[in-house]
Amino acid sequence: MEQAPLLSVRDLTMRFGSLLANDKVSFDVEKGQIVALIGPNGAGKTTCFSCLSGFYAPTSGKVRFDGHDTTGMKPYHTCRLGMTRTFQVVKTMGDMTVEENVLIGAFLRHPDMSTAKARAKEAMEATGMLHLAGKFGKSLTIADRKRLEITRALATEPKLLMLDETMAGLNPTETREAMDLCLKLKGRGITLIIVEHVMEAIMPISDKAIVLDSGRKIAEGRPSDIVRDEVVIKAYLGENYNAKS
Amino acid sequence: MNSGWKIQRGPLIAAAAVMGLLPLLTSNVNLQHILILLVMYAGLGEAWNIVTGLAGQTSFGHSAFFGIGAYAAAVAYWKYGASPWIGMAVGSLIAAAVAAAISYPVFRLEGKYFSIATLAFGEIVLQIFKSWDYVDGATGIIIPVAPASLLNFQFHGLKIPYFYIAYAIFLVSLVTFLAVERSRFGLYLKAIKNNQDAAMSLGINPAKYKLMSMVVSAAITALFGSFYAQYILYIDPFMVFSLDLSLKIVLLTVLGGLGSVWGPILGSALLIPLSEYTRISMGGTGKGIDLMVFGLLIMLVTSFRPKGIVGMLTARPRAAKGGA
Repeated sequence: MEQAPLLSVRDLTMRFGSLLANDKVSFDVEKGQIVALIGPNGAGKTTCFSCLSGFYAPTSGKVRFDGHDTTGMKPYHTCRLGMTRTFQVVKTMGDMTVEENVLIGAFLRHPDMSTAKARAKEAMEATGMLHLAGKFGKSLTIADRKRLEITRALATEPKLLMLDETMAGLNPTETREAMDLCLKLKGRGITLIIVEHVMEAIMPISDKAIVLDSGRKIAEGRPSDIVRDEVVIKAYLGENYNAKS
Repeated sequence: MNSGWKIQRGPLIAAAAVMGLLPLLTSNVNLQHILILLVMYAGLGEAWNIVTGLAGQTSFGHSAFFGIGAYAAAVAYWKYGASPWIGMAVGSLIAAAVAAAISYPVFRLEGKYFSIATLAFGEIVLQIFKSWDYVDGATGIIIPVAPASLLNFQFHGLKIPYFYIAYAIFLVSLVTFLAVERSRFGLYLKAIKNNQDAAMSLGINPAKYKLMSMVVSAAITALFGSFYAQYILYIDPFMVFSLDLSLKIVLLTVLGGLGSVWGPILGSALLIPLSEYTRISMGGTGKGIDLMVFGLLIMLVTSFRPKGIVGMLTARPRAAKGGA
């Protein structure tokens, strides 16, 4: 049989007062996959990320990551286990240089300054940010800030990287670059979960898509099947999107 | 980070050396007294700068640690006849322990709420010492005069030995700040200050590192408290636990430049002479004028340069670097 999934989510429920942001969401993510987490605004995608990464403690349900029960674990603990996220609203450390931003991530596995610097350099090379190393975070464009979020997360040497709308607000060239970067990370053996609205960008590179609506999972499957799914098309992708691609 | 340090290193060593030589250039005890307070406040500012400048947590309660250090040295000699140096070491440890104990709940608060809690903490400690019989409450402690010697930490009329003790503690504070700033620990503190969520997502436990910064800062602050008690030879709760003291540390660092190693040095060099001058020339009526002038200066400087005097001085080179 196949090995156990890298991430397994069971009946994940997150309630804010009377609002049910996630309602018994269950799914598995296999090692080495790119998984797209899609759905309309307010479907609970970011909440789901926050529960997985530890920014919220879920109301109920179980999260297992790489053999550990990570339900309700703090973000700095899940990060150490190898699960890191980026943020939809970028959280750049503006008064620090790009290199320092990335160093913070690299320190997680390499407390020693010179090793951490070498690792940070590698991460910046991998994402094509090395030429910006000395720039302050606050001076970067939005595309570069998003790239910095990924670089920083990459420097923690994650097994699972969760990208929250990395492509939103990017122009077509930047989107293309972001897609290439995702594939490159996959090539390095990193598993990715990507929350995305830009269907044209995310569907071609994903191995699996999970569709959320109003906190519930309504579909899961290969992207080519998902885009043909009547319910999904009508409710979430809009009538105009079809499976021509 | 490194290139900035290389540019700064020379001037910083020069400034520290000049500060160390200044009291030898005058035999005026008033001037020497001002210089003693100047290095003391510069050192207090450096210690406070670790928590507030680097980690971004504005503490208004640092007089608590100063006072604990002062009382530890005084009590050690007055009650037990122990060398004030022993009191100093014990006081520093107690201040560190107290810092850890209060940081644990207080660092759950963020921003303004943290600051308010530290303000309250300072007042609570003042009230405790005011009504604590063991240390004679509000009466304070007159430290018994002992033969002048380094061991006894008393030099009677001489100011120079006191200056060099304060200067040595200032150097400890300065070097600690620099070591922290340039280390992984310091970058973690900066990350927490910049964006706590991002820091957490990269594996940093903010509470842990904020607590560590407070412990280091408190331990150094207490050293100055012990020094001050031995220098003045009389302490009471209103002197060493005063909000005025906490505020001075805050104000001079903010004016000089928050988060910069130069900030407390520049701020202290401005505020302390001003403060002593108004005290000497106006006596009791002059109380508070220094802080009024200082408040005004801070409003002016921070309106135009939020990074204080240091920000004004470094604005040009930094802009040039950004454009390159």
